[in-house]
Amino acid sequence: MITIVDYGVGNLASIRNMLKKIGHDSLISSREADILEASKLILPGVGAFDTCSEKLRNSGLIQPVNKKVLDDKLPILGICVGCQLLLEGSEEGQLPGLGWIKGKTVKFKQADLPEGTKIPHMGWTDVSLARQSVLFEDMYPDPRFYFVHSYYPNPLAESDVLVYAQYGYRFVAGVERGNIAGVQFHPEKSHKFGMKLLSNFANHF
Amino acid sequence: MRRARVIPVLLIQKGGLVKSVKFKDHKYVGDPINAVKIFNEKEVDEIVVVDISASAEKRPPNFKQAKEIASEAFMPLGYGGGISKLDEIKELIEGGVEKVILNTSAFTNPGLVHEGAKYIGSQSMVVSIDVKKDFWGKYKVFVQNGAKNTGIDPVTFARQMENAGAGEIFLNAIDKDGTFSGYDTALIKLISASVNIPVVAIGGAGSVNDFLQALESGASAVSAGSLFVFQRPHRAVLISYPSQAELKEKVYSQLND
Repeated sequence: MITIVDYGVGNLASIRNMLKKIGHDSLISSREADILEASKLILPGVGAFDTCSEKLRNSGLIQPVNKKVLDDKLPILGICVGCQLLLEGSEEGQLPGLGWIKGKTVKFKQADLPEGTKIPHMGWTDVSLARQSVLFEDMYPDPRFYFVHSYYPNPLAESDVLVYAQYGYRFVAGVERGNIAGVQFHPEKSHKFGMKLLSNFANHF
Repeated sequence: MRRARVIPVLLIQKGGLVKSVKFKDHKYVGDPINAVKIFNEKEVDEIVVVDISASAEKRPPNFKQAKEIASEAFMPLGYGGGISKLDEIKELIEGGVEKVILNTSAFTNPGLVHEGAKYIGSQSMVVSIDVKKDFWGKYKVFVQNGAKNTGIDPVTFARQMENAGAGEIFLNAIDKDGTFSGYDTALIKLISASVNIPVVAIGGAGSVNDFLQALESGASAVSAGSLFVFQRPHRAVLISYPSQAELKEKVYSQLND
């Protein structure tokens, strides 16, 4: 069973709805036992980085999640701020991320964007793969995903980049390192493209 | 290539899907859940559902229907109508709604916009502003599904809503509703130049070409009701949405990156 980690933030019903649509049961849970027994984990997150970091810490789930992901190599997918949490920290706040992927989450640089470009970046944007990944196996042509964010992950190692997208300039829209992956966009709100990505995560990752 | 969101709006009255002209003459056109399913298959960018009878009947949102719609929407879903409490905002978000839309209550209780944004994040807190020209030809904000003139100028109100924490403005030109005569580009220019948050234009779209005009006037996204939902005599509701190829050719490729 896939466990969607419930640490008190985000629209978790949408993730469960889409998983159900593609034939996967999932559990929205804040119980340690459900994390220890999970076949895979999804780490959601919306809103401010520090709020998410603090709530995750207060949930007491960091230890079991660390154990499953680092020791048992359980596959995990971070979504939106859940993806940003995979890194060491964020320009948005002071609190630490999980630090599994080296690097920081950074803000769109208004000065580097064309005049009049609004932050947050909200809407559908095409993505381009930085490298092969089972998450994009048999992906539909011209994959596009729904984004809503002002910050994006900026891993130190280029080998940790999964996908890029363009908003004024090229930015990292997803990361992957071993059993750990994260996407800045919302697959659960991205039609067949999101269904394919989540189904690849559930079946092959 | 820059894409801009193209958002169908569905109006619900007494549980059924309706269409209107200038916020009046509501006609029943079908079942909302069924319409959402069809829009889903058409891979629309986002969808907005507004229960226009809730506020008038002074009742809370129909959570059951909102959840049912959310479970069929694999794109961002905005929901509005009858929301007047923070608990209602929370319940909609927990039910799978992506964006909560306030209209009448944003006017009567701007603090709710602030509270809502704090709890669910600005990106999910949308204020819908219905605008109509008064007797002297001045734009004014109307509430209660267009029934009541607040006497407030939309620029002032839009800025107030942005300051309160709204993450997006749905800008509805009442006189354009259901007319297929094109967007009110003057109004779009006025409001989008006054705020830093995205403005979504609604009211008057008659063809895909109109989208480009609204976007070039400063809208971040475009929305339409009648253009996407229509009814033929003796036939069920007919739903259309432009193909990606058509949007690329007529809209996206014309936009600056």
